[in-house]
Amino acid sequence: MSTVSCPECAADVKLEAGTEVGEIIVCPDCGVDLEVTALSPATIQLAPMEQEDWGE
Amino acid sequence: MQQRLKIGVLCSRVRVEEKWIFASLEKRGIDFDRLDDRLISFDLDDSAQWKQYDAVLERSISYTSGLYALRILNAFGVPTVNTVGVAEACGDKLTTSTLLMKAGLPQPRNVVAFTPESALDALEKLGYPAVVKPVVGSWGRLLAKINDRDAAEAIFEHKATLGSTQHQVFYIQEYIEKPGRDIRVVVIGDRVLTAMYRTSPHWITNTARGGEGQLCPITPEIEDLCSKAAQAVDGGVLAIDLIEHPQRGFLINEVNHTMEFHTLQPLSGVDIAGEIVDYTAAIASKEPVQ
Repeated sequence: MSTVSCPECAADVKLEAGTEVGEIIVCPDCGVDLEVTALSPATIQLAPMEQEDWGE
Repeated sequence: MQQRLKIGVLCSRVRVEEKWIFASLEKRGIDFDRLDDRLISFDLDDSAQWKQYDAVLERSISYTSGLYALRILNAFGVPTVNTVGVAEACGDKLTTSTLLMKAGLPQPRNVVAFTPESALDALEKLGYPAVVKPVVGSWGRLLAKINDRDAAEAIFEHKATLGSTQHQVFYIQEYIEKPGRDIRVVVIGDRVLTAMYRTSPHWITNTARGGEGQLCPITPEIEDLCSKAAQAVDGGVLAIDLIEHPQRGFLINEVNHTMEFHTLQPLSGVDIAGEIVDYTAAIASKEPVQ
């Protein structure tokens, strides 16, 4: 398990075992969506905003 | 000796569905690459790097990226799940409606116009309330229930002024007083696998908008209708949404080609991710798919 810092509010965000690159996690403090961009070392960035053609 | 399969999984954001798909591929010992649609590019004169894949499973969250990637891959001769034709048929609601109409399958009444004025005329003839939907979109986004002429004028003016060119296609559907739920049915190949009711006090029942799942038995009628709906869009891995009309029975509301199943898989106990992987492997192996 790694810990990274939320780019929005600087809170500690824990990446659980089994986390994948490209996965979206939610900051437990400020609630912003974060995208995991690498695992070793772990990095995150603000997730892109939902686009009009997104979906299933 | 049979050559080991290699699968590409085209995706961007990794949802729980993609994690389950990756796990199913690993469990089956299938060699695969994750292809992030935000990082890849295509050279139309060089298909070599793409032809290494026996099949590509498309799980893009962006309809546009997925559609054009499929178009290129299919032109290169790379088999895909689903094909570009299926993505085109399902990703645009008006295209789906025309295919369902051509197949003679039951669906809500739809009217289409290309200016706010003609849309207003068409809606007045259809009657209130009605639902206006963007032709491309998902998760219940930008749906509008229009109860009267005042609302129609406002919505149409906003679409014409603020919307992209695609919003100038006014796709209007009769509003159906459904029993607080719709039905999501998963079809893979020729098999109707599982289904759930999506229940919500809101008229939009998508689970992406808070609708709750409850298992729905697959009756012969649901099975028959969904098999025909899948055939109408040329089949593959599909999620078909049905509405229960109080008089006309089941109507086909939508067919989704990159379905989410985070609610249905645990609810039904059906390994949908595994089924998708098996179907993709069969396409990759050029085996007849069931």
